[in-house]
Amino acid sequence: MAGAVSALFLLDIKGRVLVWRDYRGDVSAVQAERFFTKLLEQEVDPDLHDPVVYDNGVTYMFIQHNNVFLMTAARQNCNAASIFLFLHRVVDVFKHYFEELEEESLRDNFVVVYELLDEMMDFGYPQYTEAKILSEFIKTDAYRMEVTQRPPMAVTNAVSWRSEGIKYKKNEVFLDVVESVNILVNTNGQIIRSDVVGALKMRTYLSGMPECKLGLNDRVLLEAQGRSTKGKAIDLDDIKFHQCVRLARFENDRTISFIPPDGSFDLMTYRLSTQVKPLIWVEAQVERHSRSRIELLVKARSQFKLIYSKLHNCSTATNVEIEIPVPSDATNPNIRTSMGSASYAPEKDALVWKVKSFPGGKEYMVRAEFSLPSITAEESAPDKKAPVRVKFEIPYFTVSGIQVRYLKIIEKSGYQALPWVRYITMAGEYELRLM
Amino acid sequence: MSGHDSKYFSTTKKGEIPELKEELNSQYKDKKKDAVKKVIAAMTVGKDVSSLFTDVVNCMQTENLELKKLVYLYLINYAKSQPDLAILAVNTFVKDSQDPNPLIRALAVRTMGCIRVDKITEYLCDPLQRCLKDDDPYVRKTAAICVAKLYDINAELVEDRGFLDTLKDLISDNNPMVVANAVAALAEIQETSTRPIFEITSHTLTKLLTALNECTEWGQVFILDALSRYKAADAREAENIVERVTPRLQHANCAVVLSAVKMILQQMELITSTDVVRNLCKKMAPPLVTLLSAEPEIQYVALRNINLIVQKRPTILAHEIKVFFCKYNDPIYVKMEKLEIMIKLASDRNIDQVLLEFKEYATEVDVDFVRKAVRAIGRCAIKLERAAERCISVLLELIKIKVNYVVQEAIIVIKDIFRRYPNTYESIIATLCESLDTLDEPEAKASMIWIIGEYAERIDNADELLESFLESFPEEPAMVQLQLLTATVKLFLKKPTEGPQQMIQVVLNNATVETDNPDLRDRAYIYWRLLSTDPEAAKDVVLAEKPVIGDDSNSIESSLLDELLANIPTLSSVYHKPPEAFVSRAKSTSARPDDEEYTDAIETSYSEWPSSSVDSAAVTSTSSPVAHSVAKQPGQVAAAPAPTSPPAPVPDLLGDLIGLDNALIPVDQPAAPSGPPLPILLPTSTGQGLQISAQLVRRDGQIFYSLLFENSSQMVLDGFMIQFNKNTLGLAAAGQLQVAPLQPGASARTLLPMVAFQNVSAGPPNTLLQVAVKNNQQPVWYFNDKLSLHIFFSEDGRMERANFLETWKSLPDSNEVTKDLPGAIIHNMDATVEHLAEANVFFVAKRRNANKEILYMSAKGPRGVPLLIELTGSVGVPGVNCAVKTPSPEVAPLFFEAMDTLLK
Repeated sequence: MAGAVSALFLLDIKGRVLVWRDYRGDVSAVQAERFFTKLLEQEVDPDLHDPVVYDNGVTYMFIQHNNVFLMTAARQNCNAASIFLFLHRVVDVFKHYFEELEEESLRDNFVVVYELLDEMMDFGYPQYTEAKILSEFIKTDAYRMEVTQRPPMAVTNAVSWRSEGIKYKKNEVFLDVVESVNILVNTNGQIIRSDVVGALKMRTYLSGMPECKLGLNDRVLLEAQGRSTKGKAIDLDDIKFHQCVRLARFENDRTISFIPPDGSFDLMTYRLSTQVKPLIWVEAQVERHSRSRIELLVKARSQFKLIYSKLHNCSTATNVEIEIPVPSDATNPNIRTSMGSASYAPEKDALVWKVKSFPGGKEYMVRAEFSLPSITAEESAPDKKAPVRVKFEIPYFTVSGIQVRYLKIIEKSGYQALPWVRYITMAGEYELRLM
Repeated sequence: MSGHDSKYFSTTKKGEIPELKEELNSQYKDKKKDAVKKVIAAMTVGKDVSSLFTDVVNCMQTENLELKKLVYLYLINYAKSQPDLAILAVNTFVKDSQDPNPLIRALAVRTMGCIRVDKITEYLCDPLQRCLKDDDPYVRKTAAICVAKLYDINAELVEDRGFLDTLKDLISDNNPMVVANAVAALAEIQETSTRPIFEITSHTLTKLLTALNECTEWGQVFILDALSRYKAADAREAENIVERVTPRLQHANCAVVLSAVKMILQQMELITSTDVVRNLCKKMAPPLVTLLSAEPEIQYVALRNINLIVQKRPTILAHEIKVFFCKYNDPIYVKMEKLEIMIKLASDRNIDQVLLEFKEYATEVDVDFVRKAVRAIGRCAIKLERAAERCISVLLELIKIKVNYVVQEAIIVIKDIFRRYPNTYESIIATLCESLDTLDEPEAKASMIWIIGEYAERIDNADELLESFLESFPEEPAMVQLQLLTATVKLFLKKPTEGPQQMIQVVLNNATVETDNPDLRDRAYIYWRLLSTDPEAAKDVVLAEKPVIGDDSNSIESSLLDELLANIPTLSSVYHKPPEAFVSRAKSTSARPDDEEYTDAIETSYSEWPSSSVDSAAVTSTSSPVAHSVAKQPGQVAAAPAPTSPPAPVPDLLGDLIGLDNALIPVDQPAAPSGPPLPILLPTSTGQGLQISAQLVRRDGQIFYSLLFENSSQMVLDGFMIQFNKNTLGLAAAGQLQVAPLQPGASARTLLPMVAFQNVSAGPPNTLLQVAVKNNQQPVWYFNDKLSLHIFFSEDGRMERANFLETWKSLPDSNEVTKDLPGAIIHNMDATVEHLAEANVFFVAKRRNANKEILYMSAKGPRGVPLLIELTGSVGVPGVNCAVKTPSPEVAPLFFEAMDTLLK
C-alpha cells in the first residue's frame, strides 16, 4: 500500500523544466520530456486527456496553474488522491509566498522554491503544507534576517496549523457563511439537479491558543440536546471540517470545537441536496428567421422573497450576470433591455446581460437580434449547445437557513473576542439548458 | 514577498565555469553565496556544473542556513557523478548532524539519505542512530523517513544496525508526526521485503487509531493506508475499528476521506449485522458525493474509485445518480468517468431521466463523448430489459438527426441490442437501412451488414442492400469483408434464389482467390466446402442460434475487484489494475542479499540430491554410451514430467536429433550441432578445464536449455547437477541434468527441459539468468546467462489483421512502449519477415511511410500475453524503431532485448 513519488517537476507551458526536485533518485529530468511528449499526443486523442499519464513504468500526475505545470513522476503505487491534493496545496503555498504562482515568480524565487520543496515532501511522502507556519522558518530574501534557531513547534505539534505566542491588540473573528447554489435545468424546464454547497469562511485575529466552539442550528444537535427544532433547524447532508476541528468529538456529540489557525481558512463546508426553487429563473426564446437573422427574447425572474432573510425585509440580488449563448457566426447585434445593460461577447459566443441590482419578485427582459451569414457550410458541425449561465450574489441571505447560534472563544488570558457573522448566497454552477 | 533570483539565470559570457570557480573561492561571503546561487541556477536549467564540485563543497561549512541548503542541494545532484570527492562532505555532514539547531541536524540527516553513494552511506549510520533518538521531534520525524531511504540503498546495513527495531519503537513516540513518518517508512520497507517486518497487532492498531486524531492530514493518510492491511479477528473487532475510523469521513482532505472509505469497506466484509452494514453504506454516501465538488483531478480519482465501489456495493449510491450528471464545464475525462458510473447506476426506476441526459450528451460537440453517450444508451438497453424499448426509441430519434458519427455509433449498439433480444425489434431495420449510404466506419458497416444477414428473410431487398457493399469488397477492411462473407452466405441459405447465388459466387471468389488474408480465405473455404457438400449442415452451422449476450457493466472479476478496493485511492484503483502491472523499479539494487539466498538454495538442495547422484553414479558404470542413453531415457521421463520430453526412446528419432533430446552425446560421436555454436559461458580457464557453453532454445513449443560440456581437464568428471537462481521469468529446470561421466578430452551435449514461472524473482524485469553447475570433482561453478524473451514466443502467436487492429485499439496508449534499437537492422524485408516468423514473430501488415518501412507483427509472450509490434526502419540501414503494445507493458524491456537479438 505504501507508495511515494520519485520527483516533483515544475514545468513551463512548453514543458521545459523550471525547477525539479528529485526525491528518490530513480527518475531523471528526461522524464519531464517524456511526460510532455505524452501530453502532446493526448491533444490529438482527447479520450486520453486524463490527469494521470502512464509511460514506460512511470506514472505522471499533473495539474496546471496559470502557465505552470506541477507534475509528479512515480514508479510506485502511490496514493493518487493524496498526491493531487498535495499538488494543489503546493500551489497554495507558492501563492502565499509569491502572491501568484507563474513561470516568472518561480524563476524569481528559485532558491526558496527549492527550500520549500525540500520541506514539503521527503522521499516522496507529503510532509508539511501549512503556508503560514512554513513562512516562519523559510523566508524569502526580503524577509530573511538571521539564522532561524529551530523549526516552529507547530511543524511537529498536534496543533500543526498554529504557532504559539500570537498577539493581537484587538481580538476579532470574522465568519462568512457563503452558500453556492448549483442548479441544472433541463430543456423541458425540469430541474434535474440542484444542491447547495456552503462554506464557513473564517478570518481570525486572536491572541494565544484560543479554544473555539461553534453552535449551528443543526437539527441533529438540537434534537440531541432535547430542544425544540420547529422551523429553524436544518439538516446538513455532508459536513467536511478543516483539520483543526476535533472530528471524534463531533462524531460523539456534534460539538464543533477547535483551535483555529491564524488568519483566513475554511472552517467547514457542507452540502444540502434538497431541491431548491431556482432563485433566478431564465427563459429564453430563440427564433431563427430565414437563415439570416436570429432573434432572442430572454426573461429573467427573481423568485426569492422573504425566505430566511433575517435582517432585511426584502433581499436583493446583486451583480447579476446572465450569459445567453448565440451562434458563433452571429454579427450585427441589436440589443434592448428593460433593466441593466447587455452586450455581445463574441469571445464567449454569448450575449452577456448584467443587472447591478435585482430585487426579489421582479421580472426583466432583454431582446436581441443578430444577423447570420446567409451561406453556411454544407456539413457544418452541430452547434455547441452551451447552457444559459447565471451569476449573482444575494447578501444577508442563505438558502439553507443555516444560522450561527454562537461562537464561543475562550483563551486562558481571558480576553473578550468579538465574532462578526455575515451571510451571503451566490450562484455556483447555475446552468439552464436551452430548448 | 517576491524575490529577484532570476538574475542568477543570466548567463555570463565566455569562461563561465572559471569565473564561477573564482567567485566560489572569494573571501567575501556575499559573493560566495551569489556564486552558489548561480551554480544552482545553472544546474536547474540543466547545465553540467559538476566540475565545480570541490569548490562548492568548500562552501559547505557555513553558518548561513540558506547557503548550506544550496550546497546540500548541489550535493544531492552531483555526489553520484563524483563519488570520490563526495567523501569531502562527510565531515561537515557528521558535524551538522550534531549542530545545536534542530533544523540543521534534520537537514544533514535528510540530505545524507538522499546521496546514494556507498561511501557516504557508511558514514550515515552513526548520525542516523543519534537522530532517531533526538530530543526534537522535527529531527526524529526526518530520521524516521531516512531509515526508509537507507533501506532502499542498503537493506542489509539497516538490518545489521538494528534500525528497524528503533523505527518500530518510534510507533510509540509521543509525537504524532514522528509516529506517522515511522509508519510510512515501515510500510515502504515491508513492501520490498519478503520477511514480516511491520506486522500490525491489535495493540499497534489501537495505538495508531489514537494517534490518528492528532496527526497532520498527510500523516493520517499514511496511518490509514497502513492499517487497511489489518485483518480484524471477528465482526466485533471490525465494528470497533469502523467506529474509530468513521469520523475521518468528515475530514476536509479528500485523501483522508478515501482512505477511511477503504478501511471501512475492508472491515465491512467481516461485519455480519445487516443493520450495521446498511448504516455504514448510508454514512459513506454523502462523503463520496461531496468528492465531486473537489478539484477536477481529484474528482477523476474519486470517480475511478466510485466505479469500483458501486460494483462491490451497488446500494451505496443507488439513489445518487443525479450527482453524476455531467456539468457543461466538466473536463472531458471527468465526463467520461461520470458516464461510466451512470450506466452502472441506471435502473428501471431512474432510466427515463438517465436517457434524457444521454440524449442531451449525444448532441454535444466532443465527438468521443457523444459516441460514448450513444454507446451508453445501448448498454442500458442491454442491461435493463424493461427499458430496452425506450432506449431504442431514443437511438432512433438520434439517428434522425443524421449526424454521421451518431448514426454509426447507434447502428453498432443496435446490433448488440439485437443480439441481446433476438427477434424482438426488427421493425426498426427499415429505419436503419435509410442511413446505409452514410456509413463509412468499418465497425458500423460490419454491424449493419451483420444485421442484414441475420434478418435477411425479413428484409425484402436484402440482396440489393448487400450487393451495394459487394462492389467495394476488395477495398474493405478485413472486419467488413468477414461480415460480408458471412452475411452473403446467410442470405443464400435463407433465400437460395438466383440473385444470391450469383452473389455468393462473387464473394467466395473474392474471398479465396483474390485475398491474402488467411482468416478470410479459411472462412471462405469452410463455407464453400459446407455449401458444396451438405447445404443442410451448412444451415445448421451458419444459421445456428447465437448465445445471447449480457450486460458487461460490472465487468471486473471479483477477486481483482477486491484487490483493487484494497488499493483505494492509489494508482492501482485509478488504473483498475493490480500494482504489479505498473510498479517499476529503475535502479538495480545491490544483488548481495540475493546472492546469499542463491548459495543457500544450492547448498540445501544438495542435501536433497544424494539419492539421484547415486543413481547417476550407478548408471555411469555402463560402458556403451548408446545403451546408456537409451537406458536413461525412461528414468529421465519419470523424473521430469515435463510435457516436453517425448516418451519415445531415442533410437526412434532421427540420428541428428539424438543430441537434442536430453540424451548424451558421447565423445567419439561428433557433437552434431544443429545450429550456430552455443556461446561459451564458462571458459576452460575459469572452470579448471571444464568448459560449458549453453543457450536457451525453443523446440516444438517447449523451452530447453541447450548445454555443451567439454572436459579438457585430466580427470573424469561426473555427477553433474544444475540449478537456476530466481529470475524474472521464473525459469527452472523441469528435470535433472543428464550428463554421462565426462572422460578427459570428451564433450557432451544435452537438452534440459525447462519450466517457466517456477521461481520468479521480485524486482524489475531483467535479463539475468544465474546458473550454478556442479559435479563430483570440482567446486560449484557459477555463470551468468541471458534470458531472452523470444524463446517464450509461442507458435500460435499469429494474429489476423482485423484482430490485430481491434486489439491495438482496445489497449490504452499507455500500454505502448517504444524503443530505438540502434544495432538492429532490416537487411531485406522478406528475409527479415521469414527470419522473425521462425522465432514466432508473425507478420501482420506492412506499409511505407517517408522512405521507412513499417512492419506490423504479432507474437504471443509468456502466459499467452499478446504482443503487438510495430517496427519502423529503412532497409539496409541500421537502426530500427520498435514499438510494442501489450496488456502487460512491463515485459517491454525484455521484449526489446529479444528483438534486438533477433534483428542483429
